[in-house]
Amino acid sequence: MVAADSEGPSDPGVRMFRRQRSIPLRGSAAALSNNLSVLQLPVCNLTHFGVVHGPSAQLLSVAPEGVPLAQRQLHAKEGAGVSSPLITQVHWCALPFRVLLVLTSHRGIQMYESDGSVMVYWHALDSRDASPVQAMFARGIASCGHFICVGMWSGRVLVFDIPAKGPNIVLSEELAGHPTSVTDIASEPAQEQDCMADVVTADDSGLLCVWRSGPEFKLLTRIPGFGVPCTSVQLWKGIAAVGYGNGQVRLYETSTGALHVQINAHARAICALDLAPEVGKLLSAAEDTFVHIWKLSKRTESGCTEVEHCHGECVPDTQVCGARFCDPSGSSFAVTGYDLAEILTFSSE
Amino acid sequence: MSVRALPLLFLNLGGEMLYILDQRLRAQNIPGDKARRDEWTEVDRKRVLHDIILTMFNKSFIEELLKPQELYSKKALRTIYDRLAHASIMKLNQASMDKLYDLMTMALKYQVLLCPRPKDVLLVTFNHLDTIKGLIQDNPALLHLVDETLRQLIEVYGGLSAGEFQLIRQTLLTFFQDLHIRVSLFLKDKVQNSNGRFVLPVSGPVPWGIEVPGLIRMFDNKGEEVRRVEFPHGGNYVTAPKEGSFEVYGDRVLKLGTNMYSVNRPVETHTSGTSKNLSSQAQQSIAPNPLAKEELNFLAKLMGGMEIKKTSGPEPGFRLNLFTTDEEEEQAALTRPEELSHEVVNIQATQDQQRNQELARIMGEFEVMDQPRWSASKGDDLLAMMDEL
Repeated sequence: MVAADSEGPSDPGVRMFRRQRSIPLRGSAAALSNNLSVLQLPVCNLTHFGVVHGPSAQLLSVAPEGVPLAQRQLHAKEGAGVSSPLITQVHWCALPFRVLLVLTSHRGIQMYESDGSVMVYWHALDSRDASPVQAMFARGIASCGHFICVGMWSGRVLVFDIPAKGPNIVLSEELAGHPTSVTDIASEPAQEQDCMADVVTADDSGLLCVWRSGPEFKLLTRIPGFGVPCTSVQLWKGIAAVGYGNGQVRLYETSTGALHVQINAHARAICALDLAPEVGKLLSAAEDTFVHIWKLSKRTESGCTEVEHCHGECVPDTQVCGARFCDPSGSSFAVTGYDLAEILTFSSE
Repeated sequence: MSVRALPLLFLNLGGEMLYILDQRLRAQNIPGDKARRDEWTEVDRKRVLHDIILTMFNKSFIEELLKPQELYSKKALRTIYDRLAHASIMKLNQASMDKLYDLMTMALKYQVLLCPRPKDVLLVTFNHLDTIKGLIQDNPALLHLVDETLRQLIEVYGGLSAGEFQLIRQTLLTFFQDLHIRVSLFLKDKVQNSNGRFVLPVSGPVPWGIEVPGLIRMFDNKGEEVRRVEFPHGGNYVTAPKEGSFEVYGDRVLKLGTNMYSVNRPVETHTSGTSKNLSSQAQQSIAPNPLAKEELNFLAKLMGGMEIKKTSGPEPGFRLNLFTTDEEEEQAALTRPEELSHEVVNIQATQDQQRNQELARIMGEFEVMDQPRWSASKGDDLLAMMDEL
């Protein structure tokens, strides 16, 4: 296993990561992007993990030290179609008064209470929109305020209005902005100024759309792609951190669309990005078997963004498909890999 | 997921099948004048390959294949290869057919997994087709068929975006998920570990279009570069030398998909001690397939264009053994783990009156036997009926 630490001037505390106990999965992880969702519950000292296997997804509750406590399998709801529907993504959405688990598939969108016990909403993909030369699916999930945004194969983004409790979920808006399939969506809590963007959507052509959420979403900026799919996106202090199919991580200022940082980070397509927003840590994982951790800082005087490499980890012979921080300080992270029936965990504490 | 993955899956698996059969037939090659009536000769080998290639690249079959459609189940696909392998005078016992299919699937899994870019799966396909052309150099009509297929592939796939190729790759990998059969050739070459997983190198050339990792560039608001920092990326990469050709003829550069078998390297598979994650795979194959009718339509449609040659009565049909001895073959059949048994699809033809027109037409062209060979207690078995012909 290769671990590479940078000789950075700052922050000696969080540097060496060690492999912790793996968490076994019932089924191996599918070769998708963003194939790991983590819900941290510090109050009850539990962490929830969600991984897509194929036609099913697995949810796990894990105690400290990686001890698995409970698990549940969810299936894609069947509908009209030839074969067993495959799940594209599973993701926990933290809203002001509740947490919902969202599952997207080739048939539609399923929303559950956070432990996956009860399905509260089902939205079927409209087969009238189907094209014979393209598969239909939903992919890309993020919550923003009391909204949940979900992307579609057509490029549309569905915005659902979520009540504080109960199943009265309503499709509030359909955003048009993308010419090709949506890949990922990111959001962050609205900043002080009213005009700050709080949602970024990305697609297969590499195009990014920057939105301000509300009863009617407003498109603020479009950041063009360069012929390479955008596979994962995160939003931090108005900066969009974007992972691409050519292994690059780019940071853009969302208000202007200006490119601030370009990192030749990986030798294969990036499959996941994650943020520990309180400490400005960014995690990038790719199909090249590597996971890298970066420290972001925004220089208010110059308006520039700086990036420092903190740590690199190689997961031998594993095509990584998902990675997430497991705590708010970014001192532990978890990784899933294609064909791997376990969640690998790393910690620097 | 992707509706464009099936042709690539089919043609590449077919290519691997031809490589393995060719190697095996050459290994059992007896000079023509010395051969007994029941031994394989060079003439026989050429005939088998010719018949399979003719069936595989049949114009209407390829047309049907290239239509956008979802990937079908492993069972359905295995049935097609059973048919293809028996498109000639050659016969394979179940154990040999199982071994053949194991080798084919693991080889393609390796190739798809190691493709530098998702688009390179097309280069892998072209490598297979180029090598197939090498096997039939003396047959211009067959060469033309394969070239036609190459042209059609370029037409269908030439305009696809990187994102669509990424989806195709993910779809293919889903098909191969949880298969960890160890192949002795791979173990020997150290491209597969003893736990059945493939080695993913972190050195060598980066894919075409990707920069060598290790550089951070920071810009100001005007777009001017203000700082450049290197970081230790952990691998040992170099830039890619050149891009492979996506034309009908050209240097593919990539070696994946070329023939790795040779006469002196017999290939073994180890089916025991495979990954304990087979439970999920077993559940998939044991669970009743509710879409059997759709698959039935697909198979009938596909094989309707297949024009399978029927072996005439008196000709015995030569048996090819993929193992070294007959005893080994018998032993393999007995010890094959339950989860890996690739049973030929046993589709219950429904009594449903609303049949697909095409299916009815194809069935009308076949004689219906009174007694199906396997009498499944519920309903008829369409494939069994087709087998009788």
